[in-house]
Amino acid sequence: MIPLSYYLLLSGILFVCGVLGFLIKRNIITIFMSIELMLNGVNLSFVAFAAQWHALSGQVFVFFVMVVAAAEAAVGLAIIIAVYRTRETLNVDRVNLLKL
Amino acid sequence: MTPNPYLWLVPLLPLAGAAINGFFGRRSSKKAISTVALVFCGAAFAVALLIAWDFSSASAPYYFDLAHWLRSGSFQADFSFYLDQLSLVMLLVVTGVGFLIHIYSVGYMWDDDGYYRFMSYMNLFMFFMLTLVLAKNYLFMFIGWEGVGLASYLLIGYWFTKDSAAAAGKKAFIVNRIGDFGFLIALFLMIKHFGSLDFTRVFAAVQPLSPETAGSGLLTAIGLLLMVGAAGKSAQIPLYVWLPDAMEGPTPVSALIHAATMVTAGVYMVARSSVIFERAPMAMMVVAIIGTLTALFAATIGIAQTDIKKVLAYSTISQLGYMFMACGVGAFSAGIFHLMTHAFFKGLLFLAAGSVIHGIGGEQDMRKMGGLRTYMPWTFATMGIATLAIAGIPPFAGFWSKDEILWKAFGASWVYWLIGVITAFITSFYMFRLMYMTFGGDYRGAVVQQAHGHEVYGHGQGTGHGEPHESPGVMLGPLVILAVLSVVGGFVGYGNQFEHFLAPVFQGASAVAQETSREAGDSTLEYLLMAVSVSVAVLGWLLAHLLYSRRPELPKRIAASLDGLYQAVVNKYYIDELYAVLFVKPVIDGSTTILWHDIDQGVIDAAVNDSADAARHVSDNVRHMQSGNLRSYAGWIAAGGAVVIAYMVWMGVR
Amino acid sequence: MLHLILFLFFGTICVAGAINLLVQNHPINSALSLIAVMASLAAEYLLLGAEFVAAVQVIVYAGAIMVLFVITIMLLNAGKEERTRGSRVAILIGVPGVLIGAVLVAWTLLNRSDLQTVPIGALKGDPSDIARLLFHDFLLPFEVTSVLILIAIMGAVVLASRPEAVARGPRKDAE
Repeated sequence: MIPLSYYLLLSGILFVCGVLGFLIKRNIITIFMSIELMLNGVNLSFVAFAAQWHALSGQVFVFFVMVVAAAEAAVGLAIIIAVYRTRETLNVDRVNLLKL
Repeated sequence: MTPNPYLWLVPLLPLAGAAINGFFGRRSSKKAISTVALVFCGAAFAVALLIAWDFSSASAPYYFDLAHWLRSGSFQADFSFYLDQLSLVMLLVVTGVGFLIHIYSVGYMWDDDGYYRFMSYMNLFMFFMLTLVLAKNYLFMFIGWEGVGLASYLLIGYWFTKDSAAAAGKKAFIVNRIGDFGFLIALFLMIKHFGSLDFTRVFAAVQPLSPETAGSGLLTAIGLLLMVGAAGKSAQIPLYVWLPDAMEGPTPVSALIHAATMVTAGVYMVARSSVIFERAPMAMMVVAIIGTLTALFAATIGIAQTDIKKVLAYSTISQLGYMFMACGVGAFSAGIFHLMTHAFFKGLLFLAAGSVIHGIGGEQDMRKMGGLRTYMPWTFATMGIATLAIAGIPPFAGFWSKDEILWKAFGASWVYWLIGVITAFITSFYMFRLMYMTFGGDYRGAVVQQAHGHEVYGHGQGTGHGEPHESPGVMLGPLVILAVLSVVGGFVGYGNQFEHFLAPVFQGASAVAQETSREAGDSTLEYLLMAVSVSVAVLGWLLAHLLYSRRPELPKRIAASLDGLYQAVVNKYYIDELYAVLFVKPVIDGSTTILWHDIDQGVIDAAVNDSADAARHVSDNVRHMQSGNLRSYAGWIAAGGAVVIAYMVWMGVR
Repeated sequence: MLHLILFLFFGTICVAGAINLLVQNHPINSALSLIAVMASLAAEYLLLGAEFVAAVQVIVYAGAIMVLFVITIMLLNAGKEERTRGSRVAILIGVPGVLIGAVLVAWTLLNRSDLQTVPIGALKGDPSDIARLLFHDFLLPFEVTSVLILIAIMGAVVLASRPEAVARGPRKDAE
């Protein structure tokens, strides 16, 4: 018997870690991984609430979130590759000119 | 009051003439322009004569309501005309003398480029002056008042390319405006206390009031304020400074506006408001004192001037002083009588002076004239008649009116009379000085430069090139007519006919009624005073004859020995400079520092500029948000999200 | 009791992996710790009874997406992160902001009284039940997301291909 709030706390910690990673890290790929971490945290809270309220649609939603995360990861990595070709760097601080 | 459907024609005919000449004159021939101007002005004169003929058999004043104007609550002012004996006199003087001067200016201004403009402005002036004289309420009169000021500005600055002329026009208008301020306050007081500005209503409201012998009160205030307005318009102390400068305008303008008609508007207004003044003895005294002092003051300046028109200008100021002196002692009809005769002889003097100036090619300095008697006999004769008239020598017109004033002034106080007599002496002296310097002796001037081209209207060949010549007939005609009027014009005052004619206007229990009672007896005293004034005028003539004909080297010696005093008189007692220091410079300096630098630049410009600067500063600082740095964007998003969450939590907790 | 121990065990692995992701310099280390996080999350899902979701988590997330990340890291030869001067804003405003937000949320959650406890395996997420929902109630989102994936595939191919292939590609498509 675990209080729901424990799941939510865990979810929150994962989310916060994701945001901190987004803010702190300099490598663009690591930043992307932080985004995935955020999404995972959110997924956990979806499932937890679904369990609480006996609504299976919460789990279905997690499914969709995962699908979107996959699509986004694919496109995002493609962008990273394209940027890497022109900039020769994966450091996000070096890619700060708003025009090429 | 009976209605008269032709009253409105009199002012509006010249207005039509002004409009036609103003809009179409640029491309019309000079003949067409002259015809239009003279026809409309003459038509106004003809209508005025018809109305006068009608009026002689009428029993009540005429009126005519042209159109509605202002309605505000219970206050009402309309475009209404009014004619009683007083306005009839003014009407005939304005239209008659005005028409003659129009004829004269056809010849005088023929060679000028802006001929159509001149004629248009002259007609415009006639319109405003007639409105002033024929108005039925103070507000309509004020329109005419302001309008003649405008026409005066336009005509003084007629040769606007000359800096001095433009400045003189401005000066006239501005000094006038100062007087108008007093006039307006008087009007406001009338509206507040009498509820109307209509003559009949105001005077009916004032009639039952008792005279304010205490020296203060509503009527005294109104009277003093009206006098301020009159002082501005009629060039009395302290607002006379514009009139000498106004001589920058063409001579017909000086004759019409600054001798015969516009400057008399103040006298007319004071006479019209006689009901008010008679119940405010303090205001009357102020009027009389201002008039008397101005008469003496201006006369003393006139004896040292060398410009022929300036002498006449100061003479005008002095004679206006006489008129105000008359009004101030309660002799309103005497003042109007002098107004009429003054229009004749002063108009004639100016026109003749214009003839002289025209004949010697534009020279106005009397030191360069002389001996013109042989070259311009007609001008000499008419100007001589006018000089006799102004000096007050019987039986010419000026004698009758001036003497009437002096007699009535003596009845009020011998001080007024004494100053008036001294002024008469000085007047006679400087007028004959003018005559001797201009027409006597030998011609001192340079060879006359022909100032006009070949197209000369009615210009005779003269006595050959390079010499002064007589003026053409179109200019001499009015001179002769005015000379005749200057001779016979005074006879209407014989046996007090004129006073009886105007009596219905100036009735109303007069607080200074003792003057009329004194008049019945004491005829020996009257003749004695008459003799004094005549002999004083002759003395002035003799002195001028001595100094400028017999011993012409004397004036210089006298001037040298009285050097300081002489300098002061020649420089008009430095009044203009005093005004410049006291009023003009502080206003300009204050306006520059406070209004221009501090407010206009400091506040208004600064507001606009600073708001633009502020926008730029803000965007300069906010610009740093768009750095292109991914992490800073993320930071802002995180912070924003925290704010939103905090807000939601706070709302949930409340 | 066991429930709690299992929850705490896997929870600790999650948190440790997340913190490790932040701490590591080399992206490959971060990727591996992320895989560990995902695996333990799958276990958490099982504790909640979401079988299908747990399986999908492992297969899709850990098995496909993270593999993609690792391949990209290898492809681009990402090395250790260099130290560059980052954005002051991010550190000074973002981090405190996030922490404040987290504290607030936590405080809110912990103060709510109507949150119940969740037993182990609370909601059994049968694949059949999920399929019923997926293809019946959520059919439209399902189809839309499949189109989304298709677009993502095309986009990824276009973006990541070599420049001359890109130059030839759009011109062909434009015809």
